[in-house]
Amino acid sequence: MHKSEVDLERRKALKAGGGIGLLGLLVAAGLIRPGIASAASNRAAFEAKTMDEALNALGVVISENSLAIQLGAPEVAENGAVVPITVESTLSRTEQICILVNKNPTILAANFLVPEGTEGFITTRIRMAETSSVIALVKANGKFYRASREVKVTAGGC
Amino acid sequence: MSNPTKMRAAVVDGITELKVMMQHEMENGRRKDEAGNLVPAWYITDVKVQHANRTILEAQFGTSVSKNPYLVFHFRGGKVGDKITLSWTDNRGESRSDDVAIS
Repeated sequence: MHKSEVDLERRKALKAGGGIGLLGLLVAAGLIRPGIASAASNRAAFEAKTMDEALNALGVVISENSLAIQLGAPEVAENGAVVPITVESTLSRTEQICILVNKNPTILAANFLVPEGTEGFITTRIRMAETSSVIALVKANGKFYRASREVKVTAGGC
Repeated sequence: MSNPTKMRAAVVDGITELKVMMQHEMENGRRKDEAGNLVPAWYITDVKVQHANRTILEAQFGTSVSKNPYLVFHFRGGKVGDKITLSWTDNRGESRSDDVAIS
C-alpha cells in the first residue's frame, strides 16, 4: 500500500469520527452513557421495562449504596395505588432524585431535578403492582448513589 | 378542563416547606373501564416549580405516580408573602399553572 492510500484511509476514519462528534465518541467509548448526554429529555427512561434499561436510560454507570440516603416506605402497603415514599439525602450537592420500582410494568416512577437551594428531600405517592423493592437513586456531585427497601403489597395498584 | 393544584407553603427558620396536590387522573394505560376497554394513558409528564424567577424543583413523572400527585419538598430563600408557581404538562399536551403565597 502506498503512503497516500494509507493517508486516505486515515482521513476517511477521521471524517467518520468527526461526523459522530465528540459526544458520540465518548458514548461509544463507554465514558458516558447516552442518558447523561440528554438528561433533560429522558422520557425513554420512563418506558424502561427492566432495571438495567432504566439505569441505562438514566445514564447510571455504577451506583453505590449509601447510608446518607434515607428511603422511607411502608413495610406493608395495603393499597398499591397509593404508597407513600420519602427520600432524604444528606449527600452534599444532591442534584437528582429518582424513584424506581423493580417489579412495576415500567420501572421508573419519578425523576426529580433538585437545584441548589432546594434540599435533598422529596415525599410523594406512587403505585405498586406487587411486592417489590423500591429504589431511591440519588445523584450528588455527578455520582450516583442508591438506597433500597422491600415493600410488601397486599392489593396491587397498577 | 383541569382543576387547580392545591398548594400550601410555610416558612420556618428560612426553610420553606411546600406541600402540593395536583389534581389529575394519572391513567396508566393498563386499566379497563366497565365495558372492558382499555383506558388510554393520561398522566402528568412534567412539573416545574418556581420562586422569584428561579426554578426550585423540576420533576418528570411516569405512569407509576398515584392519582392526584402529591409532593412535599423544602427550599431555602423564601419569605412570607412570596409567590410560588407550579406548572404541569400532561402527555396530551394539556397544561396548567397555579400560584400560592408563602405564609
